[in-house]
Amino acid sequence: MAAPLLQTQDLSMHFGGVRAVLHVNFSLAEGELRCLIGPNGAGKSTFFKMLTGQLEPTHGRVLFRGQDISHAHAHDIARLGIGIKTQVPSVFDGLSVRENIWLAANRLHSRDEARRVVDEMLARVGLTEAAERLVGQLAHGQRQWVELGLVLATDPKLILLDEPAAGMTHEEVNKTAELVREINRTKALIVVEHDMQFIRMIAKQVTVFNQGSVLVEDTVENIMRNPQVRDIYLGKQAAA
Amino acid sequence: MNARALNLIGLGLVGVIGIAFLVLVPRFFELDVVLEFTVYMIMAILALSLALIWGYGGILCFGQSAFFGLGAYTYAIAMFNIGESTVPLLLAVIVPAAFAALLGYFMFYGRISDVYLGVITLTVTLILFNSINSTAGPEFHIGSARLGGFNGIPGIPPLNVPGNKRAPIDLEGMFYLATAALLATYFGLRLLLASRFGRIIVGIRENERRAELLGYDPRAYKLATFTIGGALAGFAGCLFANWGNFVSPTIFGLAQSAQIIIWVIVGGRGTLIGPIVGCIGIQWLTTALGANQPSGGSDWWAKIFANAPLIFGIILIAFVLLVPKGLVPTLGDIGQSLLASRGKEAKRLQPKRAEEG
Repeated sequence: MAAPLLQTQDLSMHFGGVRAVLHVNFSLAEGELRCLIGPNGAGKSTFFKMLTGQLEPTHGRVLFRGQDISHAHAHDIARLGIGIKTQVPSVFDGLSVRENIWLAANRLHSRDEARRVVDEMLARVGLTEAAERLVGQLAHGQRQWVELGLVLATDPKLILLDEPAAGMTHEEVNKTAELVREINRTKALIVVEHDMQFIRMIAKQVTVFNQGSVLVEDTVENIMRNPQVRDIYLGKQAAA
Repeated sequence: MNARALNLIGLGLVGVIGIAFLVLVPRFFELDVVLEFTVYMIMAILALSLALIWGYGGILCFGQSAFFGLGAYTYAIAMFNIGESTVPLLLAVIVPAAFAALLGYFMFYGRISDVYLGVITLTVTLILFNSINSTAGPEFHIGSARLGGFNGIPGIPPLNVPGNKRAPIDLEGMFYLATAALLATYFGLRLLLASRFGRIIVGIRENERRAELLGYDPRAYKLATFTIGGALAGFAGCLFANWGNFVSPTIFGLAQSAQIIIWVIVGGRGTLIGPIVGCIGIQWLTTALGANQPSGGSDWWAKIFANAPLIFGIILIAFVLLVPKGLVPTLGDIGQSLLASRGKEAKRLQPKRAEEG
């Protein structure tokens, strides 16, 4: 087996007395698409923040292509090739859609090349018509597409998607699943999602987080049959 | 009409008005008015320096006067020691820029958040005020330049034609120089903001975290912006020391620092022309209010109107509450909504005409 693209070793994050992520050993192969599931507060978003340099882990290491990035700056990690689409779209609200995508494409491309990449990306995420509008004035769903366009335009090797299908209509969910599969042809992905229908459409392998640790890792089919997994989700529902 | 065309028309308009101003003012006004306009132009460069840092870089700097004052003092001290103005002029830009770079390095690489940036920059300028203020004794001198403490440094030699110290620039020449410098600064900043660098700093202002996750190091971009702003403020300070042939510690004071912020708020953050308009408007008001000093009468209205800080306070509060975007952006919005409503009407009329035809 080839060396993993991403690996975490004993990765932990404590906030004061709260242990958000605890001893996580996680491994992702080149070109793999992995789903992360788990109830709210299971540590998925904290895990993503450590992978992208937004949080510095309390213990343990993150290795990207064998390089230790546990204490690297967020911008350096981005330059190495990890992109993230956050749960609440993090975009440049005061700028136009075109300017948003340009900011992503500019770092990699020359002037003319960047312009071409921006046009391509606008078409790919279906925002050519809205190119000159301010992102802050767009609907939530469209802002999600803007952010996805941003991330894709930086041409990362690994993309982290935090709840890409949240708040989307059934039709949009299908479109997103299709796009995720298409992206996976050239890039590795880790997708955090609650929507099991969506997960079934895209993933083979699923990792379940619970209370900061990895509970189980298996195929989609087995995960859906796993009584322990059902318990933590049902338990959450019963509590709600 | 698209945004690009409007942009070009705006640029052209500023150019035409600027050049007309440059050519016509000395012909039609007395020297005292020309002198007054000169200081407006110099202060407008100072306003632009904060417009860049705060309006585009998103860095709340309460101490822009620190760089302004350093520029003025550096020029004065270097001039007394050197006697020819080319090197002092350069130093008056380099020293404040280097100081801004050093201060900025600790602030941005130390991850100091927005509000504290304001506190630190304000404190720095007040420290400079107090330090320079207490250098009145003869023992405080740099080379042959006495610092003079609260008395300031009088009789600063004026700029000369580069390389020829026997050809000083006269008062009218200073007007031309200041106005041309303002225009050059304005157009230079427009170019800078249209460049890759400019677009990235605006992106960082909009969403620093996102910019970081795209691979930009916000600290480096902010530091560069802050340094450019410091250099511009220093340059304005050099011209200011020339204008009055005098500099004193009040240049670092709270009143001076607050004024720059008021210019930018009144004129409009996130534009370049706004702070110029705000600066000139407020300065003109200061002069007008100063001219109406009550002559000891009991007319208390006159006394209130002569109290410039009170009037500025009212203006500031009124703008923050009622016109939070500032003058120029608000006028722009009004213009745009007028255009848009006319556009809609035109669209509504078109089908009718088609049917009629």
